[in-house]
Amino acid sequence: MSAFVWMTVLTALRILGRNRLRAGLTMLGIVIGVGAVIAMVGIGEGAKRAVQAQIATMGTNVIIIWPGATTVSGVRSSQGGAVTLTVADALDLRKKIPLLAETGWAKRDAMQIVNGNKNWNGPINGISPSYLTIRDWSFSSGGPFTQADLDSAARVALIGQTIVDNLFEDGEEPVGAVIRIKNVPFRVIGVLAPKGQSAQGSDQDDVIFIPFTTAERKVFGTAFLGSIGAMFASTDRAEDLPEAVDRIREVLRARHRLQGEQNDDFTVKTQVDIGRVQEGTSQTLTVMLFSIASVSLLVGGIGIMNILLVSVTERTREIGVRMAVGAKRGHVLMQFLIEAMTLSLLGGVIGIVLGVIGAKLTTVVAGWPTVISIDVIIVAFVFSLAVGLFFGLYPANKASRLNPIEALRYE
Amino acid sequence: MSSLIECNGLWKQYRVGEVDVNALRGLSLTIEQGEFVAVMGASGSGKSTLLNILGCLDQPTRGQYRLDGIDVGGLEFDRLAEVRNRQIGFVFQSFNLIPRTSALENAQLPLFYRGMSLSEQRGKAAAALKRVGLEGREQHFPTQLSGGQQQRVAIARALITAPSLLLADEPTGNLDTESSREIMTMLEGLNREGITIILVTHEADIAAYAQREILLKDGQLLSDRATRRMPGIVEV
Repeated sequence: MSAFVWMTVLTALRILGRNRLRAGLTMLGIVIGVGAVIAMVGIGEGAKRAVQAQIATMGTNVIIIWPGATTVSGVRSSQGGAVTLTVADALDLRKKIPLLAETGWAKRDAMQIVNGNKNWNGPINGISPSYLTIRDWSFSSGGPFTQADLDSAARVALIGQTIVDNLFEDGEEPVGAVIRIKNVPFRVIGVLAPKGQSAQGSDQDDVIFIPFTTAERKVFGTAFLGSIGAMFASTDRAEDLPEAVDRIREVLRARHRLQGEQNDDFTVKTQVDIGRVQEGTSQTLTVMLFSIASVSLLVGGIGIMNILLVSVTERTREIGVRMAVGAKRGHVLMQFLIEAMTLSLLGGVIGIVLGVIGAKLTTVVAGWPTVISIDVIIVAFVFSLAVGLFFGLYPANKASRLNPIEALRYE
Repeated sequence: MSSLIECNGLWKQYRVGEVDVNALRGLSLTIEQGEFVAVMGASGSGKSTLLNILGCLDQPTRGQYRLDGIDVGGLEFDRLAEVRNRQIGFVFQSFNLIPRTSALENAQLPLFYRGMSLSEQRGKAAAALKRVGLEGREQHFPTQLSGGQQQRVAIARALITAPSLLLADEPTGNLDTESSREIMTMLEGLNREGITIILVTHEADIAAYAQREILLKDGQLLSDRATRRMPGIVEV
């Protein structure tokens, strides 16, 4: 049997070699289908990895709590429109929920920052020192401020790379320099290591951190002391996130005296929830890819079926001869199936090669990251084989059902 | 010892449109091992139908056909394919070589369906081509060979399985006189080596190479006689 299969594959290759143009055109559908899928999956996978990397820059196992909307006489304010979260909430969460490794808080406002004759308008974040730990900020020079700085409302600032680029001359050392935020002098004690774009596309390095107390007392001029813009918490293990979220809701609802039917006056989201939005996008992409792939493989398969039907008719006499000298129905069936699979497989392999080249070219030309996984290649390979098998079945069966006498007489 | 071919009351009925046509009407025939039989008759006499049945390409509607003692009447397609592969060699009027395939591979074809190793197949095919005088033409395509040479490739293909029966359907129908004589001399020689040959023809001088001549008419045996030529006697 193996000699038969081997010979049949060789014969199939020779027949394809003779009708190169015809074989090429027949394979085109499969080539384009497989090639497009390989390239698109490569680009999509690359984009997904990039987004995942961006989400990872948020920190590890991060939970974010925003103040919610309030309803006053039936009018709802926008999210964060109410002062519902306070420093006391954050401290209490930490105390009551042992699962939480850390809680922190922040409040932000955009303000003018001045250094010498340069100025910049950037987001000023008043934060608790723990915020830096939760969000995984590290320093390219200098270091963080401490609890003591928070307690004494010290005028110290940590600045992001974008701020450095806009407020300082090349080669000027930012650490130790004094900048003015809303005319209040601050000493820069640290430069943050760059994080790049966030998953939402904003520049994470365009940021200034100052102690929360300093911000609310000396810069922002807050009406309600202790109100915060967002609260952050983290757990040691990713598995603990859902339970931590539940506990946070419980504690906050109790603290805010919310009754059974009342809505939360805050929103709790985890890093995982934020990642899920991105996953939704890539799932849409995947569904589209699969539709494109199915359509082109279908068209390619029909092309193969068509050309095989022509081939069966053209080679009717040959089939008759083969049967006369002892070919069983299975032999004839196998021969045409193998020819179909050789065609589709060859198309698939060419498609894989072109797809990989296309993806790499995208990286080189457009600078998009692409990831070609071996899984995709295996799937494409198996799929093109399956297409050949499926669409070859009808012509092959037709050939094997021929009557040898009529086939031999066929003109 | 039983005869190679025993036919008993063969009937073959075809349906052509609304009408039933009887191609064979109760034909009985016995052919012994080693005979060289010419089957003659006008077109429509049933000689092609008979040849198809004898070659196990077709089944009789009624009657019994025993080949080498085996009743092949009830066999299904794949068993018949095995019988054809093992016992029967075919030579056709239009050669029926596979186009754009070398002489060697054409001769190899029956072994292809036996699951024999490739090197063994090639060796046997080369030997068969040598036997029909085509040494050195193994890699030629049918289009590169003359009609006579193509028919010799077909004979090599028929011989490669060492069949007990060789069926030749007008083997010289597409050949010139010189090539025809060559092919018939070759068949004669093969018969002398012991192969049973059944030859369908409508040319008397071709039939004259056989030892026995069967004449069919309307699906029945009209005459069955020995030809003038007997084995071993060479006509000058």
